[in-house]
Amino acid sequence: MTWTLVLALAAGSYVFKVLGLVIIGNRALPPMLDRCLTLIPAALIAALVAKDTFSLGQDLGLDARAVGVLGAVIAAWRKLPMLAVIGVAAALTATVRLLG
Amino acid sequence: MPSGETSLFALAREPRLRPVVRASVTLGVAVGVFAISFGVGAVSAGGSTLQACAMSLLVFTGASQFSAVSVIAAGGSTGSALGGALLLSARNGVYGLAMSRHLDGPLVNRLVAAQLTIDESTEMALAQDDEPARRAAFWITGLSVFVFWNLGTLIGALIGNAINPETFGLDAAFPAAFVAMLWPHLRTSRGRIAAALGAIVCLSLIPFVPVGVPILCASLAVLVGVPVPAVDKRVPA
Repeated sequence: MTWTLVLALAAGSYVFKVLGLVIIGNRALPPMLDRCLTLIPAALIAALVAKDTFSLGQDLGLDARAVGVLGAVIAAWRKLPMLAVIGVAAALTATVRLLG
Repeated sequence: MPSGETSLFALAREPRLRPVVRASVTLGVAVGVFAISFGVGAVSAGGSTLQACAMSLLVFTGASQFSAVSVIAAGGSTGSALGGALLLSARNGVYGLAMSRHLDGPLVNRLVAAQLTIDESTEMALAQDDEPARRAAFWITGLSVFVFWNLGTLIGALIGNAINPETFGLDAAFPAAFVAMLWPHLRTSRGRIAAALGAIVCLSLIPFVPVGVPILCASLAVLVGVPVPAVDKRVPA
């Protein structure tokens, strides 16, 4: 991890926050832009779930993490709190690794 | 720090705001434990304790921080880690738009408020019924999450330096944290389609392009938002 990443991300994130709250302020975005921006977390976070579950670097594969994440999905679906979702995934992954 | 006649501390002591204070502290503690897994992941990805803490202090938006660390951990470049993380932080700008009319006052207050404009503070504020409660909820939740998020990151970074995270399955904590963050975005059918497309685009590109780039390409799934929704079409022109 580089300091460039830390500081550039800090600057960029703050610019977005200030842009919305202070500079653009109380004005509506064009509806299409608003709909697309709203979908960013769904698209990117789902991609991150897929990447962190099924890949190591550029290699795709199935390992103990997949069992843990399946547990996380079930926990989220059963509306368990965020911490339980993480705890279930870590415990399942560690157990599969221990047995495997 | 909130504008107007009453100070934040006076507001926080008002009996009618007690549920808000209680909820924001509970949320803060939950977020703090969540931050521990961020801290562990950040040092496992090769970051120093100082870098992990600097990120939480200065970036202060969970999904972006997790995304940046996740890409670096997989061997991605600074540029691709930055790209995905910045796309995720753009939504705080949208929260800012929603909050701006509730947070008037001196510029310096709004510049501080901007750093605290994240999912939790915005949601808690918009759930209140009147202006003073909204302002108080924003500040109390924002500050509570800020304190616990940074404390948790420090604890996580120290733990991450002391143990092997894989032994405890903590490498699965990242995708699990993403699952928890993703869930509220799956309430709409467009959200579900965008999520499915994002995951498919990412997985199909992973073997062929540098690490981190599939995450950037997954953002194309937001184009699901381009067609005008059926509900809008029914409104007469």
